[in-house]
Amino acid sequence: MTGPAEEKPDGGPAPENGPTSGRPGPGPTAEGDADGSRPPAVEQPLPGLGWLRQTGALFALAVAVLRAVFKRPFQFREFVEQFWFIASVTILPAALVSIPFGAVIALQVGSLASQISAQSFTGGASVLVNIQQASPLIVALLIAGAAGSAICADLGSRTIREELDAMEVMGVSPIQRLVVPRVLATICVAVLLNGMVSVVGTLGGYFFNVVMQDGTPGAYIASFSALAQLPDLYISEIKAALFGFIAGVVAAYRGLNPRGGPKGVGDAVNQSVVITFLLLFFVNLVLTGIYLQLVPPKGA
Amino acid sequence: MGIEVSVEGLTKSFGSKNIWQDVSLTLPTGEVSVMLGPSGTGKTVFLKSMIGLIKPESGRVLVDGVDMVNSPERDVYEARKLFGLMFQDGALFGSMNLFDNIAFPLREHTRKKESEIRRVVMERLEMVGLVGDEGKLPGEISGGMRKRAGLARALVLDPQIVLCDEPDSGLDPVRTSFLSQLLIDLNAQIDATMLIVTHNLDIAATVPDNMGMLFRRNLVTFGPREVLLTSEEPVVAQFLSGSKKGPIGMSEEKDAAALAAERGRADDPGIERNLLVPQLEPSPGLPERSAVRRRRHRVEGMLDSLTPAARSAIRSSLAARSETATVAAQAASSPPVNAGRADDPAPTEQAGSDG
Ligand SMILES: Nc1ncnc2c1ncn2[C@@H]1O[C@H](COP(=O)(O)OP(=O)(O)OP(=O)(O)O)[C@@H](O)[C@H]1O
Ligand SMILES: [Mg+2]
Repeated sequence: MTGPAEEKPDGGPAPENGPTSGRPGPGPTAEGDADGSRPPAVEQPLPGLGWLRQTGALFALAVAVLRAVFKRPFQFREFVEQFWFIASVTILPAALVSIPFGAVIALQVGSLASQISAQSFTGGASVLVNIQQASPLIVALLIAGAAGSAICADLGSRTIREELDAMEVMGVSPIQRLVVPRVLATICVAVLLNGMVSVVGTLGGYFFNVVMQDGTPGAYIASFSALAQLPDLYISEIKAALFGFIAGVVAAYRGLNPRGGPKGVGDAVNQSVVITFLLLFFVNLVLTGIYLQLVPPKGA
Repeated sequence: MGIEVSVEGLTKSFGSKNIWQDVSLTLPTGEVSVMLGPSGTGKTVFLKSMIGLIKPESGRVLVDGVDMVNSPERDVYEARKLFGLMFQDGALFGSMNLFDNIAFPLREHTRKKESEIRRVVMERLEMVGLVGDEGKLPGEISGGMRKRAGLARALVLDPQIVLCDEPDSGLDPVRTSFLSQLLIDLNAQIDATMLIVTHNLDIAATVPDNMGMLFRRNLVTFGPREVLLTSEEPVVAQFLSGSKKGPIGMSEEKDAAALAAERGRADDPGIERNLLVPQLEPSPGLPERSAVRRRRHRVEGMLDSLTPAARSAIRSSLAARSETATVAAQAASSPPVNAGRADDPAPTEQAGSDG
């Protein structure tokens, strides 16, 4: 596994490497040179190659992180510090977002249910939406936006100050020392945050349904226990853990490979948030599909 | 005891831009070498390649049986513990104070007690003149102080190979002289193999055993210091005199038109200076550098392949050295009269030496 630091010079899509630059000889035939041992000086700029390379490097980093998790010594202090930091920047916004989110879902589901005269199922339906979808997505939002951007900016500025190079030179792996504690901290915060958002969202939904829409507490809870089951909570937490891992790895990847100076770090943070969002929403789709296929709904 | 580093056919490009090609040299065990070169010729990239941070496309860097370019990452990590690298910008950890920065390698790689760590770190801080600043963050000290702290951190594990990227930039002439002495003293104490990248001609003239120069994507020469100092090569001569006349220009290299235009203009002789001064000796009280003896053998063996100028320069410096050695031996047997070093070779010319 080569460290990601070497990706810097040629990591990008590099569209400027035109087919004519570099070798004077005919480009396409250069591959069939007599001395096949010599690698061509300029790579053929296949469309999408840069993308493929980036994706590969991202997966390589993910694997390296997974392997380094089991390497001793575990950086416990760094982990606690990062956990504390990520928790402190995400808890309050998550709570504040989840109350209106739970309320919106409760109101929407409530009015829809009353249209089809199924008011008694409002509680169950809104809680399921809340736990399975809303809460992991709120977690994704905050983990990518608040935690991921902070991790990416931190690692990025350390990279351009050559701190990570210095660490490697001293025989200390930045992945084990810096990235692993951050990714683990992100996962833990995501799981806990997901629990909190589920509770707060459900309470918010209950409040709005019972107080604003004249629902009865009994019907709300009865429908909840009729429709919801424990695996709903499991998948929610699995999603959150996976989101935390992806957000941590993507942020670390972009942070370890900023292009150019401080401006590059800014771009990297921006990209890391966008990439994480895209990935998380896609992964959410896939996981939801798998879950609905595999786990039979309660009472079916 | 130092380790020989041998570089074979190293070539590095970034994209289609070639930085240098086919660089081969050997850093002899325990000797001090200097790499010169105009700004932007890839000296920093070369240092980073030697330690495996940057992977050249071809070639090998052999250290103690490990190829820093192609060996598995695990071996490279292990081999890096032999190195101390001082970065051009210090590369201190911004979130730690100087003490923690310098203690970092000790805490990572040794099982020393905190009191022991404190002792070693304070010793190193004193060596680079930063006692009293250990509680400051890297953002709160000057560039020159950062460099010295970076050097202290590079030296804290007593590395067997020391790489210094421009140790003098950001330092005043006096500190630079002290630093030169520090590097020589260090070499006498731990016999580490050292490579110093610099533009500073005073360091180049007084510190190294060997010198090389990178220019136009090639290693121009590498060999005993006298060879480079007596070289007739236009690039080397221009660099050593600091003249504007010659192949080195403001940008990477001059083109033919600029060279032709220059021929019509008046001469710029640069600064006349005698760089063939005696090498620095370790401070009194320190042991002899054991590299000196090894180098004498090595250099005497290669005399026949050198130019006459280099040969006579080497002969005279070897002779001068054996003279001082006998004088020193006599002085050691009789009590010293004047404790100060009489032979401080204060460079005659200081201005215009930094690039
Ligand atoms: N990561 C990189 N990606 C692309 N090009 C690079 C990279 N690092 C260095 N270069 C290029 O390599 C060349 C040599 O850079 P290097 O920093 O080694 O110069 P230098 O000899 O140390 O100069 P100076 O004496 O000013 O420190 C420069 O032209 C630089 O643009
Ligand atoms: Mg440099």
